[in-house]
Amino acid sequence: MIEARTGRAWIPHLVLVAGVAIFAFPIYMVLVGSTHDAGTIGRGSLPLYPGEFTGENYSQAWTQGTGQRVKGVPVAWMMYNSLVMAIVIALGKIGVSILSAYAVVFFSFPLRMFFFWMIFITLMLPVEVRIIPTFKVVSDLGMVNSFAGLTVPLIASATATLLFRQFFMTIPDALVEAAKIDGAGPLRFFRHMVLPLSRTNMAALFVILFIYGWNQYLWPLLITTSRGMDTIVIGITKMIGTGDAQTDWNLIMATTVLAMLPPVAVVVFMQRWFVKGLIESEK
Amino acid sequence: MQRRAIFQNKLLPYVLLAPQIVITAVFFFWPAGQAIYQSFLLQDAFGLRQTFVGFENFRTLLADPLYLDSAGRTVVFSASVTALSMTSALLLAVLADRHIRGATAYKTLLVWPYAVAPAVAAVLWLFIFHPSIGLFGQALRRMGVPWDYKLNGAQAMFLVILAAAWKQVSYNFLFFLAGLQSIPKSVIEAGAIDGAGPNRRFWSIIFPLLSPTTFFLLVVNLVYAFFDTFGTIHALTGGGPGKATETLIYKLYVDGVINLDLGGSSAQSVILMAVVIGLTAIQFRYIERRVHY
Repeated sequence: MIEARTGRAWIPHLVLVAGVAIFAFPIYMVLVGSTHDAGTIGRGSLPLYPGEFTGENYSQAWTQGTGQRVKGVPVAWMMYNSLVMAIVIALGKIGVSILSAYAVVFFSFPLRMFFFWMIFITLMLPVEVRIIPTFKVVSDLGMVNSFAGLTVPLIASATATLLFRQFFMTIPDALVEAAKIDGAGPLRFFRHMVLPLSRTNMAALFVILFIYGWNQYLWPLLITTSRGMDTIVIGITKMIGTGDAQTDWNLIMATTVLAMLPPVAVVVFMQRWFVKGLIESEK
Repeated sequence: MQRRAIFQNKLLPYVLLAPQIVITAVFFFWPAGQAIYQSFLLQDAFGLRQTFVGFENFRTLLADPLYLDSAGRTVVFSASVTALSMTSALLLAVLADRHIRGATAYKTLLVWPYAVAPAVAAVLWLFIFHPSIGLFGQALRRMGVPWDYKLNGAQAMFLVILAAAWKQVSYNFLFFLAGLQSIPKSVIEAGAIDGAGPNRRFWSIIFPLLSPTTFFLLVVNLVYAFFDTFGTIHALTGGGPGKATETLIYKLYVDGVINLDLGGSSAQSVILMAVVIGLTAIQFRYIERRVHY
């Protein structure tokens, strides 16, 4: 604090509270909506306070996902699909990139820089821009409507490789020398030194990549055609359909709340690693 | 670039690299190559034969008023999303950076929308602005505004921008806050001693020192608005009404997946790749410069 701020100290608080309120308001409305019945919402008379249908709405969404007008998949099933997708993508990306970063940093071999640039360039090819040919490759490989098709094409990650590479460069040479003198080979060094040292970086990356995986949209939309493979984010938009006033909004809102829970929980409970991962992976 | 203490091993590095290189080759380079190849071919109406047509697809595309409209729309959309989410994030970050009580609590409360999927963010705002069941949608109609984003293109665009910007504020907020906290206090104190008030200090000291962060976020936000907002648009408006919210990435999806126009959509892919490469190159030039700081 540079100047004694007297009397007006409440102004920043006021603006921040307003900011937080703007952020929280849509969430609050969905929470409220998920506790009323479809009729109340459809008539447009949704009040600002919670109703009495919480249990019914959530259990119906969770076990059936189907109401009067919405024909859906049980939310439990879609949550499972999303969870598998997010975890496989996050762990896969971490595993694949830590190995390739280790190779690029700790070995000297022909074409080393060529491979490094090959990985680096994928930063510039987001799946959205090459969506149709990538889809064709996946369907030629018979991976449509499978978890493999959903996850494997998204597992290569330049960001994670770059982050691990940056971190490996900071491991002191003396440590490598010491390990070599003690007779440790590269695999042993990797298992007993590099992996334990990378734990924080892996946690940070996991948060970012879990959210990335959970929130995928265009790719699952194309790759999964059977409703049994729907992820929850896709499932919500399918439930909304044309968005008429007369639909099972109570179920849709309960599903939306459930869809937000896992990624938000990951961010809130792992906030320290999340902020670290976010800021470092962009450097 | 290269460490001094390294392992001597002929085969192992290739084995370690193999998974990443295989995935990259199969799902990145092959499809990207296909897109470039296809963009020079024209398919007949039944998809049986393809002929090499050179830059014909690109020429058709760049002369197509629908494509140019979509490009213009994308510029308006991206600029609005970027401006809206960055200014509100900067304002909140500046306030949270003052050492007021509860700064950490505000941070936690502002951070989590990052975790909300773009499509889910769209659904949240749809509930509020739905013309017949949404709180604001109904309020607007009661006030005599003919609000219906499913019929009015400008309103649809407004809603898509709002939902896309809302989600991105958290990200910008975190980076602005980190940037603000890395500015040495002594510089700001020096300004205060020289008699500069809070406003003057912000615009002449803090804002210029924050410019690397601002520039970095500008690029990231543009990339986000270009590519990551597909879910927002798909869930909220489906590109409509008419084509009012059809951005370039959405048009690519419609032409390639729904209309199955391989040559045309490949040409669009190639143009978008050029855009990403350009934006990424700009970003890395800036990072290079920051190293010399």
